[in-house]
Amino acid sequence: VENVRLVDRVSPKKAALGTLYLTATHVIFVENTPDTRKETWILHSQISTIEKQATTATGCPLLIRCKNFQIIQLIIPQERDCHDVYISLIRLARPVKYEELYCFSFNPMLDKEEREQGWLLIDLSEEYKRMGLPNNYWQLSDVNRDYRVCDSYPTELYVPKSATAHIIVGSSKFRSRRRFPALSYYYKGNHASICRSSQPLSGFSARCLEDEQMLQAIRKANPGSDFIYVVDTRPKLNAMANRAAGKGYENEDNYSNIKFQFIGIENIHVMRNSLQKMLEVCELKSPSMSDFLWGLENSGWLRHIKAIMDAGIFIAKAVSEEGASVLVHCSDGWDRTAQVCSVASLLLDPHYRTLRGFMVLIEKDWISFGHKFNHSMLLIISLDSLIYIFKFHAAAHMYFCKRTYSLWAHLWKNRADYLNPLFRADHSQTQGSLHLPTTPCNFMYKFWSGMYNRFEKGMQPRQSVTDYLMAVKEETQQLEEELEALEEVRHSCYVVCFLCLF
Amino acid sequence: QLECALSTLDSITLMYPFFYRPMFEVVEDGWHAFLPEQEFELCSSATSEWRLSYVNKEFAVCPSYPPIVIVPKSIDDEALRKVAMFRHGGRFPVLSYYHKKNGMVIMRSGQPLTGTNGRRCKEDEKLINATLRAGKRGYIIDTRSLNVAQQARAKGGGFEQEAHYPQWRRIHKSIERYHILQESLIKLVEACNEQAHNMDRWLSKLEASNWLTHIKEILTTACLAAQCIDREGASILIHGTEGIDSTLQVTSLAQIILEPRSRTIRGFEALIEREWLQAGHPFQQRCAQSAYCNSKQKWEAPVFLLFLDCVWQILRQFPCSFEFNERFLTMLFEHAYASQFGTFLGNNESERCKLKLQQKTMSLWSWVNRPSELSKLTNPLFEANNLVIWPSVAPQSLQLWEGIFLRWNRTSKYLDEAYEEMVNIIEYNKELQAKVNILRRQLAELETEDGMQESP
Repeated sequence: VENVRLVDRVSPKKAALGTLYLTATHVIFVENTPDTRKETWILHSQISTIEKQATTATGCPLLIRCKNFQIIQLIIPQERDCHDVYISLIRLARPVKYEELYCFSFNPMLDKEEREQGWLLIDLSEEYKRMGLPNNYWQLSDVNRDYRVCDSYPTELYVPKSATAHIIVGSSKFRSRRRFPALSYYYKGNHASICRSSQPLSGFSARCLEDEQMLQAIRKANPGSDFIYVVDTRPKLNAMANRAAGKGYENEDNYSNIKFQFIGIENIHVMRNSLQKMLEVCELKSPSMSDFLWGLENSGWLRHIKAIMDAGIFIAKAVSEEGASVLVHCSDGWDRTAQVCSVASLLLDPHYRTLRGFMVLIEKDWISFGHKFNHSMLLIISLDSLIYIFKFHAAAHMYFCKRTYSLWAHLWKNRADYLNPLFRADHSQTQGSLHLPTTPCNFMYKFWSGMYNRFEKGMQPRQSVTDYLMAVKEETQQLEEELEALEEVRHSCYVVCFLCLF
Repeated sequence: QLECALSTLDSITLMYPFFYRPMFEVVEDGWHAFLPEQEFELCSSATSEWRLSYVNKEFAVCPSYPPIVIVPKSIDDEALRKVAMFRHGGRFPVLSYYHKKNGMVIMRSGQPLTGTNGRRCKEDEKLINATLRAGKRGYIIDTRSLNVAQQARAKGGGFEQEAHYPQWRRIHKSIERYHILQESLIKLVEACNEQAHNMDRWLSKLEASNWLTHIKEILTTACLAAQCIDREGASILIHGTEGIDSTLQVTSLAQIILEPRSRTIRGFEALIEREWLQAGHPFQQRCAQSAYCNSKQKWEAPVFLLFLDCVWQILRQFPCSFEFNERFLTMLFEHAYASQFGTFLGNNESERCKLKLQQKTMSLWSWVNRPSELSKLTNPLFEANNLVIWPSVAPQSLQLWEGIFLRWNRTSKYLDEAYEEMVNIIEYNKELQAKVNILRRQLAELETEDGMQESP
């Protein structure tokens, strides 16, 4: 469609004139400027909502909101064209079959070997080995081969040595969606571990011997502590309400040697609302400081971030300082559980703070343990809480089918763009766990404009400290090489000089 | 009560700077580092439209102005005396900044005393018109809302009416009065010290303090002033009521935006000297107690702190454009409230002369400008540029200055370590560069020596 205008979000009076293209996989806007012909590409699956606004004198406005918070406002001259584009985008943004997803047709011209290499980059069995497993206390179990026990769990996972197949199967029958307690992270230093599951089907009074034995097995797998924590990441009221539906939480009286703890994090619907409200604040035109702060508070977003952080810190401390294992669950064990386990792992283990380690963490805690990315904005929440720990650029969507190209390979190849120039493997901050303060520190949670206003270039700091430091480091590397070369030359010069004297 | 009595001595001469004896060698006397004649050179080298006037050398014409001011060449001292009687506190319009790029200027003053009768002063009109080029218009930026400016007439004040100043367009950009700013600070500090666990309460308390709103207002007005100068190519006159608070915030921030020199250490020190100390901001009254004053200190207000906070916001957005780092700003904040140096004592030059500060106390600049101090306050990321830098005033771009307000509530250990690492990266790079240069030179010399015919 020709003569389309792309409105500048920061200065609405400015609009670039160009042509809009719709392909099978992308929406592309190409500016008419003769020399640059700047292009804006949007993947169909990036599109979250499309809104057709009231026709004005200048044309028909179309507002595209993307999952990465980018907002594209187009003005299409003819109403008929606008409608066509609108209908097409609605259809294209919601693929009916997996095969329609872009990742299946994306062809960056790698050969089969390179493609497979990308997928092998993340090898979870290597990761468990790095943790020190298997060992005297934990073993690899194939009880879930072919997904016969739980269809949303990985086929290979780690369980306590004393957990027989009988116990595991019995426990799985007592857990929502059969998601029995399994290992998320093993802390070599003191044998404590983080395990995860879904809620027990305990109702008001139901018991299950195998499930109780499962928790005992977890406790026994840690000789350093005579109890385990069971952390329910739901608000107490919600957990209690679940009892009426035949689910619920662990009763300390029935399970020997557990200390039960609620750490209330709101559920996905509340969080989705919260994110929605916050994005509305971001979309405000020329808000006052009060509008912004009030809107931010009203959304409750930072409150959620803090709740997740508090939970992660509690678990990390339980493991590293008390040496006690923790079993974490929410309702289904794939939302809040994943967030909280990831945060705790990041605090405990410096390996997850490296680029590769972080990719492994996502693969382990989110992908292999079955997070539903189609409905995902929870990864966003985790990432938001991670920004507090250290700055990191991460992609926001994942593909998990082996017929596509691995995102990890792409990230890894371009890793220079994602590195933190201040990282030093030998620094005290990279040894062992990070100690975050637990004293009230509400002021530390700040709005992540780099994520939520990423595309509003005017709002970001204009000069990037990171870019500057990366450039300095690159130059340093070149200087080191040159220094080495020069020193060799000088050395040879002296040798020749010496020989000439004779 | 005892503490209060000790910390706000009525007699300034009993204050610490009068007893302090420096334990360091004074290389450069800070009292004479930024003389008005030298500062004037920067303008007079580019244009001959301005002159130095000594009409106020006894402080008789304007008690809060310095002895030497810069005025249009065509206006004589007699006219200045008349204009002084038409402006609040005798603060007649003077030059604040000359923009070399296009010759436009920033002037500042107190409000015109038009009163309810619509009094006018031909000399005042002539003075500010003298700054305009033929056929060009100027802008008057009044830091009061139109309402407030109109109400000022009842008390003898007012604003420049279009009929008398046809070549000037007036813009009202309200910045809160100083006592409101003090309430803001008190609420903010309370919010920061509160031990509540609740995130929502923190955000609503932060919002209720309005501190960030003031930052936004001040920065917006400074950007407007800078835009008039640089984008519109028009001269401006800035004033509020007295011209000693918001006026100075705007003129100094506009210079940070417009002029790279103000972002160097010496340039910034000169800016403080000109636009705050000599311009007569009443430091003694404004910076007596900070946020914890018990007695009703009715002139207390964090005007200077707000200015430093605005500078920090710009520094955060342009981390490579300032020669100084955050610690430099923090240091200035502290010394404005309590110091062993005499720089921030007194309310204006007249008082400073009476107290004989130059003879009896040491200047802050004497201490700061020593290389050993400067090295801690220099920004390792600084790369000199010639840009006009435009800060974003969107709420998402403005942050609470943790280095001041949360300094004692949280450990800065990890941030300090990150800063150290950054300094190391940059210094190591410089060392390598130096080594490589030496080697290159050596090799060049070796190659030109006799007997060195072949390269190895």
